[in-house]
Amino acid sequence: MEDQQPESPEQDEMYGTEPPVYFEPCQEAIATLYSFLDGELTPDRREQIQHHLDECGPCFEAFDFEAELKALIARKCRDEVPEALRRRVADALRAEDVRS
Amino acid sequence: MAYMGSLYSAALRMTRNASDAEDLVQETYLKAYRAFGSFQEGTNLKSWLYKILTNTFINTYRSRRRRPVETELNDVEELYLYHHLGGPGASMGRSAEDLVLEQFSEAEVKGAVESLPEAFRLAVVLADVEGFSYKEIAEILDVPIGTVMSRLHRGRKTLQKALHEYAERRHLSAPADVPS
Repeated sequence: MEDQQPESPEQDEMYGTEPPVYFEPCQEAIATLYSFLDGELTPDRREQIQHHLDECGPCFEAFDFEAELKALIARKCRDEVPEALRRRVADALRAEDVRS
Repeated sequence: MAYMGSLYSAALRMTRNASDAEDLVQETYLKAYRAFGSFQEGTNLKSWLYKILTNTFINTYRSRRRRPVETELNDVEELYLYHHLGGPGASMGRSAEDLVLEQFSEAEVKGAVESLPEAFRLAVVLADVEGFSYKEIAEILDVPIGTVMSRLHRGRKTLQKALHEYAERRHLSAPADVPS
């Protein structure tokens, strides 16, 4: 039983615990997280938040995770157009041309 | 036929069914072709096509209007997935966090998006997949910008919860031995 790994207490704390309490500038940053990632902040506001992220590791990590998640959703939701559909639409538009 | 790839992907997320998605795309191009006279030069062709796609979907293909269930979201905190897959204190480094997200398969991400209530789903697809601005989404969906933001916010929370359920089912979490 020597090679049995002791359970890490940190590992257990990952699940089912209360979300951490953030300091005020952090709360402010988290509140603007999506507007920031969606490119919807004014340049001034964006700069303020960027400044906070440069100084605050935990907020930077949270923003980074959400940015990765947003990119993942965009990347994984792409579908190849079936060749038959391209033909169908081209035919339908041609038929429309003839009609007019 | 510009933008067919992204219109088809969006149609699939909307209808959740390949044959309806194909019909929806064909109808969108036909309507766009017939209405091209009303397209204003200088405006955004892509968002114009999306508006036709969305309207056609809403008027023709969507099933009974389903109201999002409010209470289901009460227990979803901000940064839900981040906190539950690792989060601060778990010293999840950049590479570990990329790894944990990469473990989601294409089918899981699509499944999570498609599980969203319709109003949230449209907002999330338009913002996160297609990269439209809040203003463009407001025009496409014909709702105020505030409504776009609240649907997006709630849609993203619901999406994170759905992804977390996939992760739990597969016991995904940040690899413990990746140094931060």
